[in-house]
Amino acid sequence: MDMKVNKKLGLKERYNLMTRDLAWDPSYQSIKDVFPYMEYEGIKIHDWDKFEDPFRMTMDSYWKYQAEKERKLYAIIDAFNQNNGHLGVTDARYINTLKLFLTGVSPLEYMAHRGFAHVGRQYPGAGPRVACLMQSLDEIRHAQTQLHSLSNYNKHYNGFQNWRHQHDRVWYLSVPKSFFDDAVSAGPFEFIVAIGFAFEYVLTNLLFVPFISGAAYNGDMGAMAFGFSAQSDESRHMTLGLEIIKFILEQDPDNLPIVQAWLDKWFWRGYRVLTLVAMMMDYMLPKRVMSWKEAWEVYAEQNGAALFNDLARYGIKVPKGWEQACKDKDHLSHQAWNVFYNYGAAAPFHTWAPSEKDMEWLSAKYPDTFDKYYRPVWEHYSKEQAEGKRFYNGTLPMLCQVCQVPMFFTEPDDPTKVAYRESEYKGMKYHCCSDGCKHIFDNEPEKYSQSWLPVHQIYQGNCFPEDVDPTKPDFNPLAEVLRWYKITQGEDNMDFADSPDKKNFEAWRAQATNN
Amino acid sequence: MSNVFIAFQKNEESRAIINAIVADNPTAIVNDQPAMVKIDVPHKMVIRKSTIEEEIGRDFDLQEMHIHLITLSGNIDEDDETFTLSWNE
Repeated sequence: MDMKVNKKLGLKERYNLMTRDLAWDPSYQSIKDVFPYMEYEGIKIHDWDKFEDPFRMTMDSYWKYQAEKERKLYAIIDAFNQNNGHLGVTDARYINTLKLFLTGVSPLEYMAHRGFAHVGRQYPGAGPRVACLMQSLDEIRHAQTQLHSLSNYNKHYNGFQNWRHQHDRVWYLSVPKSFFDDAVSAGPFEFIVAIGFAFEYVLTNLLFVPFISGAAYNGDMGAMAFGFSAQSDESRHMTLGLEIIKFILEQDPDNLPIVQAWLDKWFWRGYRVLTLVAMMMDYMLPKRVMSWKEAWEVYAEQNGAALFNDLARYGIKVPKGWEQACKDKDHLSHQAWNVFYNYGAAAPFHTWAPSEKDMEWLSAKYPDTFDKYYRPVWEHYSKEQAEGKRFYNGTLPMLCQVCQVPMFFTEPDDPTKVAYRESEYKGMKYHCCSDGCKHIFDNEPEKYSQSWLPVHQIYQGNCFPEDVDPTKPDFNPLAEVLRWYKITQGEDNMDFADSPDKKNFEAWRAQATNN
Repeated sequence: MSNVFIAFQKNEESRAIINAIVADNPTAIVNDQPAMVKIDVPHKMVIRKSTIEEEIGRDFDLQEMHIHLITLSGNIDEDDETFTLSWNE
C-alpha cells in the first residue's frame, strides 16, 4: 500500500504557520481599543506583516532550546557549588563584582521581563508580538538564574543579602534603576528602541561578553554559566532590536526624526549606566581579560561603526554623544572607581586601591592617561591608608538629574575639570553631568524634574529608618542612612583589606589545601 | 569593509561549528578568549548546515546554534540550510 508522505515544512513555512497564521484581526472590537498605545508617540506603521524575525523561531523550538540551556546551566551551577567553587576564584576581591551585578543588574532583568511583556501585548503585529513574548520569558529566566547562581555566594559572603531592598534605595543603584524605570514608563516604540536596540544591540556586548569572559578567567563557573546562558538569548534580543528599528524606519519616512531622537537619548542613557561596568573590568577583576578601553574599541567603535554605516541607508546617523563617549574611554573607569573608593563606607561591597601590580597593568593599558592623571591619586590614597588614615568621604556627592551618577565626569577635552551643566525649569535649577544628559533633560523637563535623587532624598530626611529621632544629640545621619539601606557596618561595606570576606576567604582556602 | 562577527561558548559542539565557519569563510579571523571564541569575517559570513554536519558527524539543526551562541553582529538571514550574517555596504 502506498503511503503519502508529506515533505517536512521548511523553516520559513513553519514560522509563518506558527506565528502569523495563528493571529487574527478583531471583528467586534475596534483595533484602536485593542491596541490603544499605537499612535500617541507619532510612529506610523502601515503593515505589520512586513516585520519578519530572521531567526524564525517558533514557540515549540523555543521551549526545546531553552530547556536545553537550563539543563546545562543548572548542571554547571550544581557542580560548581558541590565542589566549593567559590574558593577557586582568583581572589575574594572578585566576589564584589558579583554583589554589584546582583544589586544593579539582576533587578533590571526582571524589569525587562515586565517591559517586554507589556510591549508584546501592545503591538498589533504577530511577528514582533511573538519575539517580545520570547524575550519577556528570557528576561525572567535571566533574573532567576542569576539569583540562583549567586545565592551560593550569599551563604558565605557579606553584601548579597538585601539586594532587592537596596536596589530601590542605595545611591548608585538609582543609576541602573532609574534607567530602566525611564524606559518602561515610555511608550511601546520608545521602549523597544531604548532597550531592544540602543541597549541590547549597541551596548550589552560590553557588559556581558568581556565581563563574563572575565568571570571565567577568574575561576567563577557559576557566573560564567548564567552570563553566557543569558547571552545566548541576547543574540535573539539584539536581532529583534535591529529588525524592529529597520521595520519602523521602512514603514514611514516620518518615523526617522523620532527614532533618531530616541537613539541619541538612549545611547547616552545606556552609556552612562555602563560606567559601572568600566570600573568592574579595570579595577574589580583581579585577573583581567581586556581593559574597558579595549572592549569599547572592539564592541562600540568597530562594531558600532559597522552598524551605523548599515543604517545610514535609512538616514540614521551615529548617536549624539558618540564622539564624547569615545574620548572618555581613557578616563571613565579611573574616575568612577575613585568615587567608589571615596564612598566605600556607603556601598554594600568592598573597595580598594589598586596594588602596584594592578597599576602596572593600568599604565600599560592607558599609556596616555593613567600615570599622568590617576596613578598619583592612588599612590596618595595608599600612602594614607598605610598610615592608618584610609580616606572615606563623609559628605554626599551632587548627582546628575538625568543619569543620577555623582557629578565626577570631566570635560571631554580637559580631564582636570569636572563638567557641570545647568538648566532651569519652572523657576528651579537642575544640574547635569554632561551635554548628553542636559540635552535629555531639556527635551523632557517634566519627566526628569521628578527624578528620585538619593542624595536629595537623604537631605530631605526621607532615607532614615522609622524609629530615628533626628533631634537627639547623638543623631548620626550617615549611620542611620546605612541602617535604612540595610548595610551592616563593618561587614558589608568599607575597605576590602579590613573585611570579614577577606579573612574568611583566606581561612577557608587554607583549610581546602591542608588539614 | 566592516566585519560581521559571531561568538560561541568554548565547548565541543562549538568547536565543530567554528571549524565549519573557518572552512566556509576563508577570510575568517578567529579570536580565542577565556571560555569563548569570537569569529570576525569582513562583510559577510556564511554558516552551512552541511559543513557542520561533516565536522560534527551527525545531523545538525542550525537552530541548535542558539544553545552555544554568545553574541553576533550583522543582518541575519536564516533558512534550513544556511545562516548568513552581512552588512549592507
